Amino acid sequence: MKIVITIIGKDRVGIVAKVSTALAENSVNILDINQNIVHGVFNMVMVADMEASALPLKDLQRTFKELGESIGVEIKIQHEDIFNVMHRV
Amino acid sequence: MPLPKEIFETLGMIEKYNLDVRTITMGISLRSCADPDLKLFCRNIYERITQTAKSLVEVGEDIEAEFGVPIINKRISVTPIAIVAESCRTDTLVPVAEAMDRAAHELGVNFIGGFSSLVEKEGTAGDKRLIKSIPEALATTERVCASVNVATTKAGIDMNAVRKMGQIVKKTAELTADRDAIGCAKLVVFANAVEDNPFMAGAFHGIGEGDCVINVGVSGPGVVKHALESVRGAPFDDVAETIKRTAFKITRVGQLVAQEAAKRLGVLPGIIDLSLAPTPAIGDSVAFILEEMGLESCGCPGTTAALALLNDAVKKGGLMAAKAVGGLSGAFIPVSEDAGMIAAVERGSLTLEKLEAMTCVCSVGLDMIAVPGDTSAETIAAIIADEAAIGVINNKTTAVRLVPVPGKKVGDHVEFGGLLGHAPVMAVSRFKSDVFIARGGRIPAPIRSLTN
Repeated sequence: MKIVITIIGKDRVGIVAKVSTALAENSVNILDINQNIVHGVFNMVMVADMEASALPLKDLQRTFKELGESIGVEIKIQHEDIFNVMHRV
Repeated sequence: MPLPKEIFETLGMIEKYNLDVRTITMGISLRSCADPDLKLFCRNIYERITQTAKSLVEVGEDIEAEFGVPIINKRISVTPIAIVAESCRTDTLVPVAEAMDRAAHELGVNFIGGFSSLVEKEGTAGDKRLIKSIPEALATTERVCASVNVATTKAGIDMNAVRKMGQIVKKTAELTADRDAIGCAKLVVFANAVEDNPFMAGAFHGIGEGDCVINVGVSGPGVVKHALESVRGAPFDDVAETIKRTAFKITRVGQLVAQEAAKRLGVLPGIIDLSLAPTPAIGDSVAFILEEMGLESCGCPGTTAALALLNDAVKKGGLMAAKAVGGLSGAFIPVSEDAGMIAAVERGSLTLEKLEAMTCVCSVGLDMIAVPGDTSAETIAAIIADEAAIGVINNKTTAVRLVPVPGKKVGDHVEFGGLLGHAPVMAVSRFKSDVFIARGGRIPAPIRSLTN
């Protein structure tokens, strides 16, 4: 199953490192990354495959929500299909 | 793979502009529950509802979390109770409403619809018993919704039923006078009622439906309003195109949720109701869309045309995004549930008569309108008759959900709470329709009903 991870918050050192480490620890494979900083606000969108993850999506969402809170950014994980259905026919 | 631009557009719709799936409604047939013994009948329906819908709320919450789209309501509709309770040996059907209410509490759903009767051609003794039970049923239960269909294009308007419903609305208001007549907010009088409507208070599970079905109502007035900000001053062709594109996107989300819900619950996927349903939240208003088209205040000249365009474009955009379309499908204009409509009434630009005109070109009818407590049963019946006539002649669904609030007069404010919102009490014509309503009988089906 593919998921979309969005991270928004104040820029600081190590956001990408912390998030990608946590994804690796949970066997989530990153397929695509897009990241930029606009007026000091960090924006990142990742598409990843969670097929090999032992955690169900709900638990993954909770884990990353907590991680986000610990580094001062908002991390959201959603099933990819909501974006596909809206923008692809 | 979705592009970052698309991902942020979707997130913006959800987080900033209130995109949501308004309701997942499980329609449950109660036809297997009939029993002459009222107690057994009540037990049968309680068990049937609680067993069939036991995972509804949990599945709804799972889908909401996984896809990150809010699903505001999880609800249940059942076969019209007048039909399934026909054989019960009893004078009152209030215990049935109480059993439905218990089931709704047990399941954690906020409304259950189907305390209903279809009487466009007089109705049976069972129908009359149900209608008589409505005021007390709505006063003693919290989550049960009632509806009565008094007219169809094929049958015409049953004016005896219309007269009766004027009295029932008044009685319901009296019995819930201590709660600003909240009972009336759970009572809809229909013309051309549909059998697969997922929206309350008028939802019921039609007799032609299967055992169990999932119907979904989408929403997103805030998203449409925001999209229209990008075409300010442009011709109406551009306005219509923008609404269509937005409605398509909104409906695709509804379709995804409907498909997932039906699959996980193991029931038939039903219809998507292509609706634009407001909530009292700022930025979730249909009136604001109309004003975005260039109207100073909703209700001013041009409002009906603006609403006609909106209603049509929502359907055209949504149609291609849904596998099966049904329900009420169109823009809703419930006054108390729409911040822009409330403001327009308070400003004096929106009147009951203008709302009536607007109902000719949009979904449903005079919805969630507080009127003075001294409005007579005959006047309410005459308003119902007018709405029914619009529905019957134009071959569309119309409805009336008026709340005559005891002790309140024009300009007072009524608080229903939650999604039902709040409303300023609106003026009703002071001229009487009593002699007209006293006639009774039937207004015949129009010539357009003879289509064979």
